[in-house]
Amino acid sequence: MTTEMNAVRYVDGTAVVDLPPQIDSTAEHALNSAYAAAAEHGSKTVLLNFAGVDFLSSTGIALIVGILARARKDGRTITAAALSDHYREIFEITRLSDFMTIYGDESAALKGGKK
Amino acid sequence: MMTLTRTFRRVIGRGDTTATSTPARPASRSRVLETAPIDIAPNDPILAYFHAGSGAVAIDELHLDSPAVTALRAAGVKLVVPLISQGELIGLLNLGRRLSDQDYSADDRRLLEKLAAQASPAVRVAQLVREQEAEVRARERINQELRVAQLIQQQFLPKTLPDLPGWQVAAFYRAAAEVGGDFYDFIDLPDGKLGLVIGDVSGHGVPAALVMATTRSVLRTEAPRLVAPGRVLERVNEFLDADIPQNMFVTCLYAVLDPRTGALRYANAGHDLPFVRRGAAVEELRATGMPLGAMPGMRYDERETTLGPGDVILLHSDGLAEAHDTTRAMFGFPRMRGLMGRLGIGVDLIDGLMDDLARFTGPAWEQEDDITLVTLARSAGVSGEHVLLEFREPSVPGSERKVMERVAAVVANVGLDAKRYERLKTAVSEAAMNAIEHGNHSDPELPVHVRVSVTGDELMVRIVDNGGGKEIPEAETPDLEAKLAGLQKPRGWGLFLIKNMVDDLRTHTTETHHTVELVMRLGEKGADR
Repeated sequence: MTTEMNAVRYVDGTAVVDLPPQIDSTAEHALNSAYAAAAEHGSKTVLLNFAGVDFLSSTGIALIVGILARARKDGRTITAAALSDHYREIFEITRLSDFMTIYGDESAALKGGKK
Repeated sequence: MMTLTRTFRRVIGRGDTTATSTPARPASRSRVLETAPIDIAPNDPILAYFHAGSGAVAIDELHLDSPAVTALRAAGVKLVVPLISQGELIGLLNLGRRLSDQDYSADDRRLLEKLAAQASPAVRVAQLVREQEAEVRARERINQELRVAQLIQQQFLPKTLPDLPGWQVAAFYRAAAEVGGDFYDFIDLPDGKLGLVIGDVSGHGVPAALVMATTRSVLRTEAPRLVAPGRVLERVNEFLDADIPQNMFVTCLYAVLDPRTGALRYANAGHDLPFVRRGAAVEELRATGMPLGAMPGMRYDERETTLGPGDVILLHSDGLAEAHDTTRAMFGFPRMRGLMGRLGIGVDLIDGLMDDLARFTGPAWEQEDDITLVTLARSAGVSGEHVLLEFREPSVPGSERKVMERVAAVVANVGLDAKRYERLKTAVSEAAMNAIEHGNHSDPELPVHVRVSVTGDELMVRIVDNGGGKEIPEAETPDLEAKLAGLQKPRGWGLFLIKNMVDDLRTHTTETHHTVELVMRLGEKGADR
């Protein structure tokens, strides 16, 4: 099963990826194709927007790690926004937050990204 | 031979067919061969004669001691042409007297034999189609009956287990393909007592299911009124004896439990004896009595025992003990008794028995009879465990989330703050995922068992899979740098997450199972980590 999601939005050169509600193995295709689209578009920054996410599993974390690894190789920046307190804690425990900036919401991320 | 006899009833007449379709000419004057169907016994010597392939046979010239020949002669048959298809006699072409009253000529015979040779395959095809249709109808009728029997059975088995504080209750029922008449029931009685019923109706299918439904409703009516188990069985026996079809009877064990004291009064109408485990010892609960519906005026022995803290009772039907392996050896009561002494309680006990049965019978086993198991365990001591929820989910994608949601619903009000509640949810879904993928290898037939319980101020979610053998590894901190540099796979976060989400993570591995226990201490605050 793959979860389809809306096409990537581009705001001032940042690719904004609105993540599907469930970030686990079902989101693999959606996540990878969103990153590929952003890369093709030439965006230097990809913002993962967690506003609609209500379930994140360890498989989902592995997907994000995979995207982050590719972005580092490609010289791209990954940021995240709108994580719930619980998932922010998980980003801290897994140290993902050491490798990607986490913003409160999308607009904060876009402002921060322009700095 | 059934088809032969049926075939030979079809007598094909020769004659002026217009006679029957023209009302102006009285039928009685026609020369149509009008005969009753002729049955030919499978051992009639004429069959060998027809089989010999001699072609058309003039009946009057036959000198055989054959009832069929006599019957054919009496019916006015003069000439018989066997219809043979693939060397098999499939019918006869019977001819009466010629209209001209002359004998059949050699030309006539040749013509008829040619006709028979050409007609035979067509007749055979028609027969096969007809047999096929009859078979399909018969199969459909049997399937329909089985569906009805299953429906009745399911309708009258309890949908939920009784909620008894201080007791753990589990029940299992698996119908045989033929649907036996097993049943069990829990009946609420006055003063907080609980009636326990297990029974088995002789026979299978719809009749057994109907008797089961009747027995159950009489029990349900009489149990709260009479209470005393012996009296209840007496009453049910009187009722059934009047109404039950001949040669049918019902074995039934009925017990009344006082959950506060553990007192158990019971009476038995010829049913298999329940096992009780006290410490390491396993005993049978004996009481005598005839099956219900066998004869009127029966009296039933009433006995009493007490189930103390930690004691376990198992009620069962003969479907388990009387299962056979490939060498026709029986599973048997001694084996059950041995298992009862070694296994756990509740669902663990039931699963342990069924797992052992699967090992005993091998994979190709076709279940011979219904299997019913009902077990109650009294919690050990005052600081005993209170089970909030116990369930199973199949090892299919998405089950991890279902497990998480069911656990979340039941622990919503036990006193975890929001932060720790979310942590437990993540730990539960991760542990369920591991059980599905690593323990059960995503085999939908293998369930993941989940039990949520509170002991004192400790909340425990226990997740069991059918993995076993290989220990669950220690949770290690993943090397994120190596993963980001592409030196390691991105996966491998599950156990690490679980360990960081709960107060205590305990794992046990046996030959057949993995057990993961997630512990949260109630009353602690979700401090930042």
